[in-house]
Amino acid sequence: MDMPAPSIDVLNRKSRIVERLRNALSAEHVKSDPVETRAYECDALTAYACQPLCVVLPGSTGEVGEVLRICSEERVPVVPRGSGTSLAGGALPTSDCVVLGVSRMSRILEVDYENRCIRVEAGRTNLSVTGAVEEDGFFYAPDPSSQLACAIAGNIAMNAGGAHCLKYGVTTNNLLGLTMVTMDGSVVEIGGAHMDASGYDWLGLVCGSEGQLGVVTEATLRILPRPEGARPMLIGFASPEVAGACVSDIIRAGVLPVAIEYMDRKVIEVVESFSQAGYPDCEALLIVEVEGSPAEIDDQLGVIGNIARGHDPVELREAGDADEAARIWLGRKSAFGAMGKLNDYICLDGTIPVSELPRVLQRIGALSRQYGLDVGNVFHAGDGNMHPLILFNANSSGELETCEALGAEILKLCVEAGGCLTGEHGVGIEKRDLMHVQFDPVDLEAQMNVKDVLDPAWLLNPAKVFPLSETATRRAAA
Amino acid sequence: MLTPSDERELAEAVAGAAGPLAVLGGGTRRVGHPVDGDDLTVAGLSGVTFYEPGALTLVARAGTPLAQVEAMLASEGQMLAFEPMDHRKLLGTSGEPTIGGTVAANASGPRRVRAGACRDFLLGVRFVDGCGRIIKNGGRVMKNVTGYDLVRLMAGSRGTLGVLSEVCLKVLPRPESTGVLLLVGLDVEVAVRAMSAALNSPYEVSGAAHVPVGLDGDPVTMIRLEGFEASVAYRVERLKDHLAEFGPAGIERRTEGPESAKAGWAWIRDVEAHGGTGEDVWRFSIPPRDAPALVESLGDASVVLDWGGGLVWAAVEQGRDARRSLSSGHATIMRADDETRNRLGVFQPEAEPLASFAEGLRRKFDPEGILNPGLMG
Repeated sequence: MDMPAPSIDVLNRKSRIVERLRNALSAEHVKSDPVETRAYECDALTAYACQPLCVVLPGSTGEVGEVLRICSEERVPVVPRGSGTSLAGGALPTSDCVVLGVSRMSRILEVDYENRCIRVEAGRTNLSVTGAVEEDGFFYAPDPSSQLACAIAGNIAMNAGGAHCLKYGVTTNNLLGLTMVTMDGSVVEIGGAHMDASGYDWLGLVCGSEGQLGVVTEATLRILPRPEGARPMLIGFASPEVAGACVSDIIRAGVLPVAIEYMDRKVIEVVESFSQAGYPDCEALLIVEVEGSPAEIDDQLGVIGNIARGHDPVELREAGDADEAARIWLGRKSAFGAMGKLNDYICLDGTIPVSELPRVLQRIGALSRQYGLDVGNVFHAGDGNMHPLILFNANSSGELETCEALGAEILKLCVEAGGCLTGEHGVGIEKRDLMHVQFDPVDLEAQMNVKDVLDPAWLLNPAKVFPLSETATRRAAA
Repeated sequence: MLTPSDERELAEAVAGAAGPLAVLGGGTRRVGHPVDGDDLTVAGLSGVTFYEPGALTLVARAGTPLAQVEAMLASEGQMLAFEPMDHRKLLGTSGEPTIGGTVAANASGPRRVRAGACRDFLLGVRFVDGCGRIIKNGGRVMKNVTGYDLVRLMAGSRGTLGVLSEVCLKVLPRPESTGVLLLVGLDVEVAVRAMSAALNSPYEVSGAAHVPVGLDGDPVTMIRLEGFEASVAYRVERLKDHLAEFGPAGIERRTEGPESAKAGWAWIRDVEAHGGTGEDVWRFSIPPRDAPALVESLGDASVVLDWGGGLVWAAVEQGRDARRSLSSGHATIMRADDETRNRLGVFQPEAEPLASFAEGLRRKFDPEGILNPGLMG
């Protein structure tokens, strides 16, 4: 993975830059000792790491503004960081950058049931947003797997999704307002408790911009009343193709489950030995969850069961009670951990039209054999968001490279099938150089034009999202 | 009038334009400051190019009549869940609303409270920028975070950053059954509380509107539930109990959706109450809780509340600055003479630095300033 050469000029000015930042924040919140900054050298894409110039942990929007103004004046790149759970290297530092972590900013600012929203500081973790309103019967819908740790700031930067997007949408569909600081230190207020934007859709533009347009410090999020209940059904199939066809039929029938999760044989076997969830011995299984009152759930699961029976399921299991429901989810929820016990892996995130599932799964199988690396498939089938896990041994020379090459082939396949490179993890550094597969130069130019307007010096989260070759001129000019 | 018939001709028309262009779909939603330029319509770019009911996705050229899209979806038991508004009665326009115009205006109806707005269902766009370049963003999958989201930027940008040539939308199953609870005689403050109680319940309310002067003169509050028949039957009864403190509720329910209730929601969606009157019409998008104070401040204006109070349509005497009544959110002039629109500004003035950013985007996407110049201020 190429990264641009650090600015020697910035590296030479390290002590001056650190001193200015210490004068702006209290000294303890500016870390420049390599022992202390080590914790920030990478995110959840641990294959890549780089020690930053220093790390700052501001405690307010005002302090974020101060930091950015100083960095702007000193022309130092800034890498914003939520909780560092990005799987795409979205928070990977460069050696000449200041990492700006928002973790100290985690307060609930206002819970507003009348307007069905909550205002939080952006360092707040995803799950603790729901935690603040669940006693009153509400929840915040986007639920990425890392929700215990990941921050709302990062969720907004990557437009995070989760297992329940099929019904509730992703971050951009649940974001009503935000406070953001641009690179020059200006504070921008967008949206609020009202439901649509005046003028351009700035919320939509900022959400998913991977921290390259501004640093989000506060967010107004939509909260929803919790449904009366939810219950999953487990369906096992004799082939991935049949499972894929069943997904399409369920959606077509007018039932809208909150989640349709898919696991293939590889993953079933691994999680079974890891968590003894009691999954059937089969080629593919679906977990379909529906919500509502007990009677409504019976009704919907009845419809889904009938559709599934038309596809000769190996097994069809409806959760009778909370225990059985938990057992059905147990394997799925432990899937990533279980695969990690087996070997190192990289987790891809391409999304395809649901109708292409059977064909794409077949091709992934063929590519896996061709490259000689195992691939497990566990993903959100309802919205076509695949998560192929490519297993490799990081200690074996050259395997990471082979693994990345296979990953690139799979992502190209997703684009070819009418899909995209990333459904919810973001581009980061991981998929940066594949952007040409999905976009023509003119498409990328249009996106980079937006950054030109909000961050003209191209200092925010450098070397991410766009291929380095595309950004070379801009970075040189800045 | 420029009438390209495909995307390439559209790009050539923009690239070769001698001066400003007034970009139109069907010309039924002429909201914004008047544009002095040649009309450019995308009505010639018509037709659904891809529709896969099992994947809940539809791709249509921008000039495709909205009615054609909706009829095609209905034949498969599906719909545009954001319930796009038809502006013709309110604005006194004629012509055929297009899917491109719907997206460019981010036009969303009563179901916005549950399902989301037009921009939430937009999966991908193709458009021609002010230099005549053909640009794509998004795609036709449900989850997509590849690169910056110009999809949502295009929604609601009213042809000022680019001319849409094609849109891809997520569609949803059409509900099998509709139920409506009617509460009569509530004043605005109590009605907003009742709608809030309904929206905060677990019963999945898909519409909450209030009309202070209903068809027979009394205030009416309408709360809608949709879904499978047995489910609606159950939820309607539970919600009725849940709202008991607001007085006895009438219930309208039928598998096909009762005609009167259906008509009622279209009446709300299209703001028919304010159609054909001589007054100015303002649209307020506000935190729902602020609706009673806004309505009081508007005085004798005739109002319709949708989105549980979050959307207020007010008919006021000509020339009046109704924006003064706003405490949060934003106000748009939907119908008024040119003098009023120029004096008061159609859209909410944007604070810095957003105003500069907006100008910056226009300069990047339309350096010559030929796409609907001045329309958004």
